[in-house]
Amino acid sequence: MLSTIQPPRYLSRFPLRGRTKSRPFHILSSAQPVTKTSFAADQSQILSIRYSLLNRHLSAVELTHSYLNRLKQTEPHISCFLHISDPDKVLKQAQDIDDKIKRNEEVGPLAGVLVAIKDNICTADMPSTGGSYILEGYRPPFDATAVKRLKDLGAIVVGKTNLDEFGMGSTTEASAFKVTANPWDLSRVPGGSSGGSAASVSARQCVVSLGSDTGGSVRQPASFCGVVGLKPTYGRVSRFGLMAYASSLDVIGCFGSSVADTGILLHAISGHDSLDATSSKREVPDFTSQFTSASSLKSRPLEGLRVGLIRETVDAGVDSGVKSAIQGAAAHLEQLGCVLKEVSLPSFSLGLPAYYILASSESSSNLSRYDGVRYGNQASSDELNALYEESRAKGFGSEVKMRILMGTYALSAGYYDAYYKRAQQVRTIIRKSFKAALDENDILISPAAPSAAYKIGEKKNDPLAMYAGDIMTVNVNLAGLPALVLPCGFVEGGAVGLPVGLQIIGAAFDEEKLVKVGHIFEQTLEGYNFVPPLITDVGGASA
Amino acid sequence: MASTLFRTIQIHPFLLYPTALFSRRNGVLYCTMKSSQTQTATQEKQQPPKVKVPQHALKKTVDKITRDYEAIIGIETHVQLSTLTKAFCSCPYNYGSQPNTNICPICMGLPGALPVLNSKVIEFAVKLGLALNCKLSLNSKFDRKQYFYPDLPKGYQISQFDIPIATGGYVDLDLPLEFGGGHRKFGTTRVHMEEDAGKLLHSGNGDYSQEITSLTSIYSYFSKHTVDLNRAGVPLLEIVSEPDMRTGIEAAEYAAELQRVVRYLGISNGNMQEGSLRCDVNVSIRPVGQSEFGTKVEIKNLNSFSSINRAIDFEISRQALLHSQGQSDQIVQETRLWEEGAQKTVTMRKKEGLSDYRYFPEPDLPEVILTQEYVDSISNSLPELPEAKRRRYEKMGLSMQDVLFLANDMNVAEYFDETLSSGADIKLAANWIMGDIAAYMKNEKLSINDIKLTPQELAELIASIKSGTISGKIGKEILSELLAKGGTVKGLIEEKDLIQIADPVEIGKMIDKVISENPKQLEQYRSGKTKLQGFFAGQVMKLSKGKANPGLLNKILLEKLNGQS
Repeated sequence: MLSTIQPPRYLSRFPLRGRTKSRPFHILSSAQPVTKTSFAADQSQILSIRYSLLNRHLSAVELTHSYLNRLKQTEPHISCFLHISDPDKVLKQAQDIDDKIKRNEEVGPLAGVLVAIKDNICTADMPSTGGSYILEGYRPPFDATAVKRLKDLGAIVVGKTNLDEFGMGSTTEASAFKVTANPWDLSRVPGGSSGGSAASVSARQCVVSLGSDTGGSVRQPASFCGVVGLKPTYGRVSRFGLMAYASSLDVIGCFGSSVADTGILLHAISGHDSLDATSSKREVPDFTSQFTSASSLKSRPLEGLRVGLIRETVDAGVDSGVKSAIQGAAAHLEQLGCVLKEVSLPSFSLGLPAYYILASSESSSNLSRYDGVRYGNQASSDELNALYEESRAKGFGSEVKMRILMGTYALSAGYYDAYYKRAQQVRTIIRKSFKAALDENDILISPAAPSAAYKIGEKKNDPLAMYAGDIMTVNVNLAGLPALVLPCGFVEGGAVGLPVGLQIIGAAFDEEKLVKVGHIFEQTLEGYNFVPPLITDVGGASA
Repeated sequence: MASTLFRTIQIHPFLLYPTALFSRRNGVLYCTMKSSQTQTATQEKQQPPKVKVPQHALKKTVDKITRDYEAIIGIETHVQLSTLTKAFCSCPYNYGSQPNTNICPICMGLPGALPVLNSKVIEFAVKLGLALNCKLSLNSKFDRKQYFYPDLPKGYQISQFDIPIATGGYVDLDLPLEFGGGHRKFGTTRVHMEEDAGKLLHSGNGDYSQEITSLTSIYSYFSKHTVDLNRAGVPLLEIVSEPDMRTGIEAAEYAAELQRVVRYLGISNGNMQEGSLRCDVNVSIRPVGQSEFGTKVEIKNLNSFSSINRAIDFEISRQALLHSQGQSDQIVQETRLWEEGAQKTVTMRKKEGLSDYRYFPEPDLPEVILTQEYVDSISNSLPELPEAKRRRYEKMGLSMQDVLFLANDMNVAEYFDETLSSGADIKLAANWIMGDIAAYMKNEKLSINDIKLTPQELAELIASIKSGTISGKIGKEILSELLAKGGTVKGLIEEKDLIQIADPVEIGKMIDKVISENPKQLEQYRSGKTKLQGFFAGQVMKLSKGKANPGLLNKILLEKLNGQS
């Protein structure tokens, strides 16, 4: 392999545009121990860790050890990670936090929180391959803005998680490197494309993780793995450092084992970034301070909240077990005081074809940079076109190639109007219909996927069936809206059943409401345990 | 007709138009007096093309043929903007830097990097749009133009496609007098913003061939080629003209006027040799009287206005010859390269149908929305532009030759204007600047900004001569000192005791002295050799150290020589 360019010193020159601007986030001094103990450990790992650290119940090193041990034990079964950080380095960071606490110095609100990062999100001096052979061994010279913010707040990066190559897929089987298993049933897919990030949280290999969601890549695997997944409004979180798949749809999203964790994580990475022209300048409300325990809730805490169940998402083609889980969730929301009604989004079914045209079109352009010229795997050739062709032929997997071909076709002269332009028109219609539905309802609900996790290999050779599985999620990306997926029930399958996720869709930039509703839903949902059996077999579920 | 004339000039430029040569040497033709930096037609003309006589004869035949055809010329110009940082990242750009020293993850197109628009690019685009009398699009956007090439890091160029920031518009210019003069107005179709690509360097062909061998070790494409991305992401404005030009000189002058405009606006250094101003020319011809266009040919590698001029005229002749020989089918849509050495165009690549760039809106950048207030504020801050300046100078009574000389270089014009605002006489100021000052700059290879003489002192100098405080001769003498060392006119006059002697008594005394010291010459004068008056005048002037008022001196001298015996 050969690098044709020696980029000298650009690291020091690079972050000129206000990257270092610190964001307001309450940094508690460890000299003031957290006194609030009203939350239970399953309510928020992050808050629980913070409480334990600051009250010296637990050291960061002990905590890290317990996660690393679990990671070591479970990873051979589920293969979540493409790269695991050097344990010594991770423990060193934990030790630094302990030292600070000992000296009564301030530590960030995410101090000691082990976070896993999807491998299409750049991390400085760590491999970041996007799950593609063409970037094998590639180490970016910079952290994605979201990663940088997490690090600044004290989080420790535990590794890079597996994904469908460049985020293109719904099973994580399209990774160039490995197949990740679902912790609930090792013969099943974790969903995708952020399968590694979802499974690692599900298996409690880390506290929280970052994923990316272009057409459902956070929400569907959250549903499959029984964890909480939060896809923010487009523009809420900087995309800088996220390897672009479809720029107008891509968002970085969050995984956690609770709504609170997911909300806290999202809050940490939200806000304008001068390095991303599409990131919103809108103020980020503090949606991390509204987590109350179930015991302190009123009897009908969501009284009057208007909830619209999207009719088209519980139609034919949706697994009956999923349907009943969602109906159960809807009933639960009603018990909490919500006013439930069905809403129809007639344009709903148009979302899938529009999505695949737009996403493929943008990806065909975004992936042009992977040509082997400046970085990544380069084929050796004496002729320029052959160099391009071979580097890309060898570097990309078949799913990626298929989408590049589809996108190239859709953008070609003579086809642009029929495909790309038309899809954009559909997108406008979808956006409007969601707007109308959300004017009448506070939130919309639907399943996160038409089925629970399916078997590895089951849809590998049937791309259309796999694409159809994205029907529940793609519309939300086209409309740019935020959506929260949280586990709400089970269907039969595996040893103890397979989790089903409820999708809650909110108005643009209204993540606060999603987190609030989700948290209350989660705290009041009784009789379910969303810790996969694998973990209870291997070792304790919580730190 | 004009084109025919001009092609003749090409062959015998000095013989036919010696005055033209003179004025062009002084930089009248193409914009600048700083001849060391900007290549002008003149410089190349100083090495006449090697044309053998038979070819000359052929040329004459071709000239006859070309009279039957009309050329249609359009130009695409790329202007590199002199913003402090690149279009979409904070890298600086400095021409001539070591390869790949002004790059970052964004302009290298690293995974995950995103563009953020430098707002100066919009400002400069609006400035140019207004200067070219365009209609501005208050809502425009960026698009991706997609193709693979190693100098294009992202695999697409961020450009503007269907909604450019400015459309319509025109350029006014005055052709140099040696080409018949005359005012021209050429349409501009559009102005749009885009980013530049890097440079692909081929070993044995580039400046960095040494480095290539050291950087590469294995047998591959990149053992022979290497990429410098310093220029990648540098902002450009592309200006597309209407096909309004008919001759090489019109096209060259259109480009020269664009250079003047961007320099006046301060948005680009407009330097062709550094590639800050690049012109691709489209030429087609059609029989006079025919309305549909012929097949157009694109010409690249035009590094000076003069090469634009000559390349077009060559191309017109080539196409006309093919037409006249019934071989018009050999004029194909292609890109041709101007070869400076051979003074001809050669095929670079034939177009195989239209390239499909698969344009689509750039999703990483928001739409570009201009408010009318913003446009108005820029409009109000525009400097006086070349055309306005020329019209103003013309109204001041200056000849077109003077007008062009003074207005072509913004700095000269500014100098001239400041001299006038310090109270100098228009014609005298123009003469001083175009004469002695220009000559000095040319000899010393300086620009007007480098000389030590301030416009205020030039005005003072002119006033001192006009008032008779010093003689014109002394004025010229102290000018060179002022140019080289600076200082004030008053200071120099005092320091060197240069005030003109205008006292008739004093002058009379000096004349008496000279006459009494030269009795022989006096005798000869009085015996009819009156030419000797000059001798006496010279002697007196010498005695006065040049300070005697010449008019007075001659008057008194004559009286004394002829008067008392």
